[in-house]
Amino acid sequence: MASLRPEMQYATLDQQTETAQLGMWVFLATEVLFFGALIFGYYIYRISYPDEFVSAGRDAKFLLGSINVAILVTSSLTMVGALECVKRDMIPRAVAALLATAGLGFAFLGVKGYEYVQDYHDHTVPLLSFVLKPDQHAPAELFWAFYYVATGIHAVHLSIGIGAVLFYAWRTRSGRYSSLYYSPIEVLGLYWSFVDTVWLFLFAAIYPLGRAG
Amino acid sequence: MSAIAGGPAETYLSHESTIASWLLTRDHKRIALLFFASITAFFFVGGAAATLIRLNLVEPSGQLLGADLYNRMFTMHGIVMVWFFLIPSIPTTLGNFLIPLMIGARDLAFPRLNLASWYVFNISGMIALYFIIAGGVDTGWTFYTPYSTLFSNSHVIAAALAVFVNGFSSIMTALNFVVTIHRLRAPGMTWFRLPLFVWGIYATSVVMLLATPVLAMTVLLIALEHGFGIGIFDPALGGDPLLFQHMFWFYSHPAVYIMILPAMGVASELIPCFARRPVFGYSGMAYALIAISIIGFFVWGHHMFTAGISVFAGVVFSFMSFIVAVPSAIKVFNWTATLHRGSISFDAPMLYALGFVGLFTMGGLTGLMLATLSIDVHVTDTYFVIAHFHYIMVGGTVSAFFGGLHYWWPKITGRLYPEMWARGAAILTFLGFNVTFFPQFILGYLGMPRRYFSYSPDLQAWNVLSSAGASILAVAYLMPLFYLGWSLLWGERASANPWHATGLEWRTSSPPPERNFALTPLVTQAPYQYNPSDGSYVTQDGIANG
Repeated sequence: MASLRPEMQYATLDQQTETAQLGMWVFLATEVLFFGALIFGYYIYRISYPDEFVSAGRDAKFLLGSINVAILVTSSLTMVGALECVKRDMIPRAVAALLATAGLGFAFLGVKGYEYVQDYHDHTVPLLSFVLKPDQHAPAELFWAFYYVATGIHAVHLSIGIGAVLFYAWRTRSGRYSSLYYSPIEVLGLYWSFVDTVWLFLFAAIYPLGRAG
Repeated sequence: MSAIAGGPAETYLSHESTIASWLLTRDHKRIALLFFASITAFFFVGGAAATLIRLNLVEPSGQLLGADLYNRMFTMHGIVMVWFFLIPSIPTTLGNFLIPLMIGARDLAFPRLNLASWYVFNISGMIALYFIIAGGVDTGWTFYTPYSTLFSNSHVIAAALAVFVNGFSSIMTALNFVVTIHRLRAPGMTWFRLPLFVWGIYATSVVMLLATPVLAMTVLLIALEHGFGIGIFDPALGGDPLLFQHMFWFYSHPAVYIMILPAMGVASELIPCFARRPVFGYSGMAYALIAISIIGFFVWGHHMFTAGISVFAGVVFSFMSFIVAVPSAIKVFNWTATLHRGSISFDAPMLYALGFVGLFTMGGLTGLMLATLSIDVHVTDTYFVIAHFHYIMVGGTVSAFFGGLHYWWPKITGRLYPEMWARGAAILTFLGFNVTFFPQFILGYLGMPRRYFSYSPDLQAWNVLSSAGASILAVAYLMPLFYLGWSLLWGERASANPWHATGLEWRTSSPPPERNFALTPLVTQAPYQYNPSDGSYVTQDGIANG
């Protein structure tokens, strides 16, 4: 097990583990600001144009968005499960849990892709198929601009996450991690759960619009 | 290579010398030199644009470049100098080289990420060179909408992409520094024993981490809007160009602190060493750095006083801008107080550091004038603003960068530079800088707007003076290229601690071995234990020297 020795810049493996975790937390802080800027802009406009945004939000696919919430929350569960399995040296089960996590990630992307096709047919894609509904005004298009930018960037993050989960599933299978050393899986889990959490915020911002009474 | 290495001991320069050993290195010291090569190249690209700008303004009609080319030239100057020189300048070179040495670590926390940062920086640099060669951008470095999104026919998307990718490099480097400073300090290196340069880089990194993602999102939206017309800032759809300005300055004002905080850190190393006195008010200096980095996030609106923000917002941002001057003033007073009763020697690094303090003070005080609403409405978008921020960014940051470069040159290369040439360059920098930019304060007060390619003939005398100063400044910036290059081959070999300084970086050989220290140092002392009466000093690991 070569990885049981810390890299040369660390005194101990514990120090290396703590450093890796801090690194991911700091990275996630930058991600909060990245998505935060977009969500902030979204709320500025939503407050400026409440009626137009509510009217546009009614066309968002609430059911598909909700299914995706369920998928991602479940995937966080399997991700944590993978970590707990590695901690207990249950390697085949850990690999299965990681593959399930990646599979749920693909399922999310599938549902999202299907939703985009529906959106296209509903003429809500700026540039490609956008048509204002009879009761709508121009700022309704802003809602959809934010919708595509935000969900698109989220999908990019999730795709990177799926790639990373598959990569670490492969490395777990080849026996690199065990109850003695599992910090990469823990750090990967931080990223994965962050991407899930972003979806919860996007869901709350986008889908319930115009559905309260 | 052998000429640099020499000596019996293996150094980070000599232990391997293949090209691959440089391009695939994980050694923070080698990566610092890689960054140094990249940013030096961009410094001269940006400088070439500045040269053409000053040449164009020698003559009131501005016929040399004409309106369109002039627009592209100042945009290129701004983008290249801000993102490809000033922001990476001190952190990626001196910071990369010194942070592990100063805290007694063997490397940064994430060496691969450090190397990746250099590659990402160069990729963004290639994109920047592409947009320059393809014809440039005419929006100004600020990319203001709706011009940048709806009207400009220049290479906005490539420029936005260059800035976007560049941000990844900033974030990677800053993340590495923050985590390293938290986790890899040598035993005994408590937070309040850290050299102030480390505090400066730490405060800078926090700003980089929290501001850069917002810029990334902002330029991404600009690129999408320019390319696909998604309209987030398009007034026809109800989009608000002012929202763009808020998002842009939320990054770009803190970006000024990204440039100046490391420079403050450098000055705080140089001044105690050459005054042979402990820095005055160490903890105040550290807290002031943190205070600037935090308050700096709440002043961005002072770029928008005349853009249509409310009077209330204007008053708040004006007030916050005054508040941020308080910790800045504390630093200036403390540097000055450090000199008091010191045993001062005027070596080149000290000359640069003193120049830094003076020019930064000028820039800061004129910043207070601009933070005053009633003055700002008269001089906003004039050369007064140009002069103000060049005093901070060029007079301040670039002077400190050169000061630090000379100070740590023996450590980095193992060679001493020729002192008289360096003093000459330091003095010439100060003179050339003031002759270039002081006339611009006057031009601004006389009403000459920024970004105009031509101007009223009665302003010509001041413009000619400014351009003449720029030629002095160009010579002063080119000189180190030659004598520092000369010293690489023929300079006298440096001892481990040529300045009799107290930091841990001086407790290893010059140049350091690959792993920095033979044994991890044990820190027992606060930094800057200098004694002005007999020139003695105590290093941070407790070695007293005569």
